[in-house]
Formats: sequence, C-alpha cells, structure tokens
Amino acid sequence: MKGIGALPLADWINAGVDWLSKFTGFFNSITAFFQAIIDAIQWVFDLLPEWLFIIVILALTYWVKKDQKKLGFMIFEVLGLLLIWNLGYWRDMTQTLTLVLSSSLIAIIIGIPLGIWMAKSNKAEVVIKPILDFMQTLPAFVYLIPAVAFFGIGMVPGVLASVIFAMPPTVRMTSLGIRQVPEGLIEAADSFGSTSWQKLIGLQLPMAKTTIMSGVNQTMMLGLSMVVIASMIGALGLGTQVYFAVGRNDAGAGFAAGIAVVIVAIILDRITQSFNQTYR
Amino acid sequence: MTEKVKVKHLTKIFGKQISQAKELLKQGKNKEEILAQTGCTVGVSDANFSINEGEIFVVMGLSGSGKSTLIRMINRLINSTDGDVEVDGQSVMDLDKEGLRKLRQDKFGMVFQNFALFPHLTVLQNAEYGLALKKVDQETQEKKAKDALNLVGLNGYDQQYPDQLSGGMQQRVGLARAIANDAEILLMDEAFSALDPLYRKEMQDLLLQIQEKMHKTVIFIGHDLNEALKLGDRIMIMRDGVVQQIGDPEDILTHPANDYVERFIEGVDRTQVLTASSVMAKAQVVNIAKAGPRVALRRMRENDISSIYVVDNENRFVGFADAHDVSDLIKKNSKDLRSVLNTDVPKTHADTPINDLINDISKTPIPYIVVDDDDHLLGIILRGTVLAAISGEEVSA
Repeated sequence: MKGIGALPLADWINAGVDWLSKFTGFFNSITAFFQAIIDAIQWVFDLLPEWLFIIVILALTYWVKKDQKKLGFMIFEVLGLLLIWNLGYWRDMTQTLTLVLSSSLIAIIIGIPLGIWMAKSNKAEVVIKPILDFMQTLPAFVYLIPAVAFFGIGMVPGVLASVIFAMPPTVRMTSLGIRQVPEGLIEAADSFGSTSWQKLIGLQLPMAKTTIMSGVNQTMMLGLSMVVIASMIGALGLGTQVYFAVGRNDAGAGFAAGIAVVIVAIILDRITQSFNQTYR
Repeated sequence: MTEKVKVKHLTKIFGKQISQAKELLKQGKNKEEILAQTGCTVGVSDANFSINEGEIFVVMGLSGSGKSTLIRMINRLINSTDGDVEVDGQSVMDLDKEGLRKLRQDKFGMVFQNFALFPHLTVLQNAEYGLALKKVDQETQEKKAKDALNLVGLNGYDQQYPDQLSGGMQQRVGLARAIANDAEILLMDEAFSALDPLYRKEMQDLLLQIQEKMHKTVIFIGHDLNEALKLGDRIMIMRDGVVQQIGDPEDILTHPANDYVERFIEGVDRTQVLTASSVMAKAQVVNIAKAGPRVALRRMRENDISSIYVVDNENRFVGFADAHDVSDLIKKNSKDLRSVLNTDVPKTHADTPINDLINDISKTPIPYIVVDDDDHLLGIILRGTVLAAISGEEVSA
C-alpha cells in the first residue's frame, strides 16, 4: 500500500464542504426554520411557572396512562421535578427539554414519511438503510464540525446533530410496523377496493402505531443522550452544566446535573411508552 | 338464468419461465412435468365455466388444487397469466386500476378463511368498511352495517373489537362486512374451514338462510365435500389446477366424471344429498282396471315377490296387496281385488332427501312409495337400495 500513498479523502471532503458553503441562503433558511421551532417550544416553557409545569406533566401522565398503574410514577414525577427545581437547574431542564422535543419533532416530521416510503418501495429501502446506518454510527463530533460552519453556534446545530443521530429508529420502526401488517388484512382491504392512501391511513398506520411509537420513544432517548455533545457547540441546557462540571473537575456538580438528565429521561420515556400499549 | 360470472380459458402460472411453461401446458403436459422442466408452478390450467346469478357455486379441491388462486383471479387480486373473467359482461382483465377498484367496491364482497377482520376497528366499523371506502354518508353506512349485523345475528356487539369475539362470531362479522357492502357477488374463500364443527354447521345454515332472502351470487371455495353438497347449487371439482367435473350435487354423486371424482366422493355423507328419486326402485304393479286377483297372484309368483302395488289406468296409486290375502280371495272365488287392498302405505315425494326418510325407512314394514303431486306411482324405496346408495354403490333403478 505504500506505493500508492494515502488517498486524499480528507481533502475531497473539505472541498465538498467549501462548495456547500456557497449555499448560505439555503442553510440560513433551515437555521431560521429550526430556530422558530426551538423558540416556540422554549417560549411555552418560559411562560409556565414551575408549579404549573409540574401539574401539566401530572395531567398528561394521568391522561396517557388511562387505566394503567400510574400513582407511583406520578409521585416520582413530583419528587424528581421538585429536586431539579431545588437544585436550581429548572431553566436548564426546560432548555434540554426544548432541544429534545424540537429534534424529536423534526425527526418525526421527516422520519415517518421516510419510513412509509421505505416500507412501500424495496428500492427506497436499499438506498435508505445504509444511510441510516451511517447516521447512527458516524461519531457525532465528525458532523459537528461542518454543522458549526453551516449553522453557526447555538441550539440549531445541536438540534441538527440530535436529529441526525436520533432519527433512524423512527424511520426503521415506521417501515417495520407497516411491513408487519398481515398480508391477509392488506388483501381484505384490496378486495373491497381501497386506494393505497385509504390503506395507509385506515389500516397500515393504525396497525403500525405501536411500533412507530416505540421508534419515537427511542428517538427521544437518543436525543437526550446527545445533550452533552450538543452543549459543546453552544446548545444550552443540562448538558452545559455537565460539560462545565467536567471542565472544572467538579464531580458533585456533574452528578447533580446528570441526575437531572436521568429524571427527564425517565419521565419522557414512561409517558411516550404508554402510547404504545394498544392499537385502539 | 343470467350468467353473472363467466370464466374463459383462465390460466395462472407462477414462476419465471412463464412463456415456456405456457407452451408446455398447451402441449398437454401436466403439473409435475412442467414443474420439473421449467420450475414453474401451474396454479390453474384453462378453466372454463360460468356462474349463474343467484346460485351458490362451490369450488372443491384439496390444498394445492388451485381453487384459492382461481377465486382471486375472479376479482383480480391475482392477475391471470392467460384467459379472462367477465362479470356482467365486463372483462375484468381489461379494467385499469381505477375501474378495477370500482368493480371491487360495487360488485364483490369477500369472506376469508382467517376472517381478516381489522383488529383496530370495532365490529360496526368493520361492517362499515366497504361503504366507508365508497364514501357513503355516515348515516347510511351505519344503517346498512347494522342491518347486516342483525342479519348475521350479531346485534348488540357493535362496539366490541374482533378479538373479543369467538371464531364463529368473528366470521359472522366477516360475512356482515361483505353483505353490508351491497355486494352482488360473494367470494367466500374457505370461509368456514377454520371454524370448529358446531360453529361451522351454524354458519352453513346461516348462509343458506341469508341466501334465501338475498339471492346473491355466491362463489364458495372449500375442501369439505359434505359442506359443498349441503350448500352448493352446483359444484366444481378441481385437481392440480384442472377442472374435473361441474354439476349439481346429485349429479356428482351419482355420475362421477372420472376416477378422481369417484375417490373424492368416497365416504361422503350422501343422506344429505340423495333424494328419494335417486334411490327408488321400479315397483311391480298391476292395473286394477284390467287385472283381477289371479293376474295379481301370477305376477307375484313370476317375480318371486310376496306383495304387489295396485294402480289405476293412469298409473295412480290405489293400494297394496299381499299374496296371502290375494290367494284367500281366489279361494273365496271373489274377484274384488279392492276389498283386500291396504291403502295405508307410507308415501313420499321424489325430491325428499333420504336424510328425512332414513329413520322411518328402517321402521316401516311396508316399503315407502314415491309419488308425484297427482299421486302417480313413480317407484318404491327398498331398504337395501338405500343402504347401497349411502355406501356409494351405483344405483340401478
């Protein structure tokens, strides 16, 4: 291999990035779009006083869990959120939530249609699958470098990095859920003369709902796991607190912020999980 | 009778080298040979038949005989390799995607072996399914669906989900879904095969009951011959994708077209199908207008029998005379045959199923006589012939 010399892969990619940075207008509009979603969510969180936020979370839990067991979990929510409030991480917590929710929202908006396409077309599946693998396994730092170049510093590249890393489960699970609808039911729908749109809306998506929801749940969890990395490019939130604690070598503060992340994760996970109990 | 569905040279070959397989099929090669040479499976081979409006047409065959493929080509869930299907004169193969959907919505209702109910919809929503696709207004949808559910005996289950119902009840929903749609043609693919025997009989009776009211054209796929004989106005027997025989139940039982059909009908419960006319034997008669006791007695001796049936000039049944009574009459030198006639003879009609007679046949000492509406004597039913017919021996009347 010595004779050939190293391929100038890095140079090619740099050339590509340089070329892409000509499209500033395009990237600016994406930035503006992401920023609008982020601002809207953060605006709502800033509007709610702490106690009202806790009540809203409890009401939401009560509503989604309907007839499942929920009392213990609701006590946990109250204690966990009070702890975060007490530790002084409330604003950081809402910022983290904003990051996770906006990236999940974008991942769902893009991911579900992509998953549907992947389920309906084998060709699409062949193309999309390796891209998803790429998105999930490429170390996040690698695409953070160009992300900063295109989208600047702040929440937007953080959200973008989270979307890239967290979207694949939604796409995969949507596709899987639709492909898993029994052939016999598809045949029944066909025999009564349904269009593909009627089949999708009336049969495939409702039947795939639980599978899709577990994909969304995973997307949220993966989004949460990105908060520390996102904080390195200026996304605010609990991740920033952890990052600072690492910088100051302050294990106590690190753990405190880390535990707050865990509390948020558990609440998000349990609430989204209760969506996938039944398909009715 | 109008032809509702006409199947012309319908052929289906599964596999890659279809044109080659088609060529071999034309040369008269059978399923195994074609599979060996081309790797293609012949699903259905050159099927030709038509189905009349309002009849129950049963397609029979073992698994792999191509019957499920056949029924799916009728509404084009499977595209045929060759041939065509006409529904009310409209070629199904000529239709574009939109036309095909329209045809399926308007004409067909399909009932599946594994029910294929939508688990996320309530019983009522399942029954409304076909109408919802047609974008019928909600009120009509609900009314028609409820009517259909009532018809299949499922009122009060509207808001249940399919998995809360037993198998038999689930298939009632399946049937209601097909009927609510106002389908003219019901395609029933092994509709009752997955049910246990008791439910199955119930559903068969239900189908017959519905059919009496609605006169749908029903294409029923099955592998249970007893079921076919009970339901079918006509039966078609298939083997390896080839049609073996088409005929009414009695026809199939009494005149099987070939060895395969003959083996197929072995062990079937014939009592449901065979009627008095197919088991009756010729009766020895004397005409009372022409013959007296001596003629009657001589005829009994000639035929080695101990009793004889007496008819009038027009072959109407008059009575039944015993040899012992007749010879007494001769000894008394009386010519009045009428005085010894026994008129209390069990009677039946030609189209009575022997199922209805079989208990009495074994009890009555005098054979049943078969008469038409005007009391003309058509024949008599002997216990021996009945047993022979039930066990499947050729009946020689």
